[in-house]
Amino acid sequence: MLKIRNLASGYGKIKVLKNLSLHVDAGEIVTIIGANGAGKTTLLSTIAGLVTANSGEAEFKGTDILKTKAAAIPGLGCVMVPEGRQVFATMTVEENLLLGGHVVQKQGKDFIAGLMEHQYELFPILRDRKNQLAGTLSGGEQQMLAMGRALMAKPSLVMMDEPSTGLAPLIVREIFQIIVRLRDEGNTVLLVEQNAHAALGIADRGYVLETGKVILQGPAEDLLANNDVQRAYLGREKND
Amino acid sequence: MKNLLTILPLLAVVILVHYLTSATDTMYYLTQLTMSAYYALLIIGLCVLMGYAGQISLGHAGFFAIGGYLSASLTTHNLIPYQDNALLAFLESSGMLVSGHDLYGEALLVVSPWAACLVAVSSAAVIAYFIGIPVLKLKGHYLAMATLGFGIIIYRIVLALEYFGEADGISEVPAFVLLPGLSVSGNFSDRVQNYYIAWGVLLFAMVLLLNLIDSRVGRALRGIHGSEEAADAMGVNTSRFKLQTFVLSAVFAAIAGVFLTHYNGGIGPSEAGVMKSVRYVAIVAVGGMAHLWGTLLMGVVLTFLSLRGVFGSYDDAVFGIVLILIMLFAPNGILSLNIRHRIKTIFGRGKKRREEEV
Repeated sequence: MLKIRNLASGYGKIKVLKNLSLHVDAGEIVTIIGANGAGKTTLLSTIAGLVTANSGEAEFKGTDILKTKAAAIPGLGCVMVPEGRQVFATMTVEENLLLGGHVVQKQGKDFIAGLMEHQYELFPILRDRKNQLAGTLSGGEQQMLAMGRALMAKPSLVMMDEPSTGLAPLIVREIFQIIVRLRDEGNTVLLVEQNAHAALGIADRGYVLETGKVILQGPAEDLLANNDVQRAYLGREKND
Repeated sequence: MKNLLTILPLLAVVILVHYLTSATDTMYYLTQLTMSAYYALLIIGLCVLMGYAGQISLGHAGFFAIGGYLSASLTTHNLIPYQDNALLAFLESSGMLVSGHDLYGEALLVVSPWAACLVAVSSAAVIAYFIGIPVLKLKGHYLAMATLGFGIIIYRIVLALEYFGEADGISEVPAFVLLPGLSVSGNFSDRVQNYYIAWGVLLFAMVLLLNLIDSRVGRALRGIHGSEEAADAMGVNTSRFKLQTFVLSAVFAAIAGVFLTHYNGGIGPSEAGVMKSVRYVAIVAVGGMAHLWGTLLMGVVLTFLSLRGVFGSYDDAVFGIVLILIMLFAPNGILSLNIRHRIKTIFGRGKKRREEEV
């Protein structure tokens, strides 16, 4: 579904990603883990078209997304849940969801109503808060709203940037359960996380990013069992 | 449809005001109310740009002036000397020109107001489009400064060009006959008629804008205001929406300029002045930024008071002070002020202090 080859990207003279390659197949959860500054967010922003790539190739369902404008990418079916939620604070929950459905609005009112209903079923709390301003929601609720908003575009690939940031462990578990449910419903998820343990726990495959390069990749269980990963990201030695 | 109903009360007020003034023999108020309606037209257009899309413009007096000056100059400059020109002959045969006689009985050939209006408004739209492409890439203070620069350029152009009458402006602009028997003009006998034309235009524009902000477009605009990057990530083509809104508000300003110029029978360079643009921005802020009704109300009330000369020679100063006070005490606009709550907190604070003293 998503194929990235030798991607280099960054901000002006600062090169963050160097020769990065990865792929995501339909129906799987792929996670990218790494420390601060490894380039995780830059990678997602580059795929979403918010940061311009220097070189390399990125193909989403056969379309070259490096040459596609940011605003056109959600229309292709690739939607991002941005880091720090970024819900539209001065708009109500319902309006946020409707704006998420911006690219599919042409499919008619019934289609949108059906999608809304689906999000409310996934996140029942959003239904209760329907007419509340998004800025007044708690962090966990805002994260759910950001996810629901992204799903309103009926994407084939959802990219999530650090959904666990700043949330209580219980809420994090709930969010991750929803991500699993999304996969089970046939969605594809690209998950960027610092919380390596939780992310590898639900993912099918994983990539370990360090200073803009993939240093390890493989099935999630293998990475969880890997010595280096355990020491660097899970904070424990293997032989205990 | 829903929005069509919401303006009915306003329509009732408009009619009521007409009867009140005619009953109390104060029909002269209708003149200023007519002019206020045209200024309010510009202001609600600016409200969508500033309040909803979140893009400031300190150059809207410039678009007003483009509309007013183009229609004024086209409908007053005598084209008799160029009569042999092939282009002119074509225009005349297609009914875009009108001939007549000036005050001294000389033959006169000018562009018809309809054609002039179309030229003026489409020029404003085209200029807004080409200015907007580079300028709307800027944000915040930089956007304000760039649009301010545009406003100053327009002001200097109308002040410098002989074609636009330099410091005198253009006068003796003819009436704009919309339909037979219905014309925009300052004639005493047309006062009531013009009052309804102006308010009709304003109410029609209001319905259009209310529908716009209720739609997918309005949601997208508010999303842009909230966070441009997040809106982009939702698939909202932010640069296109910003540009379209900018052009739309410029068209509103130009239409206001055209109509008011025909109503006043002339236009002067002060209409293009920077202080005018600042005033429009101040009124949108007073009205509550993203609040079309508040902006409409404040636009009409404040310009009416200003036109009545209530503020005397402190006119500009009053608008400056109003802007400062609003920013300090009611940044969400006057209609957002919860007066009862305010009084309560003031009294509540007083009570607490007294308790502390005891």
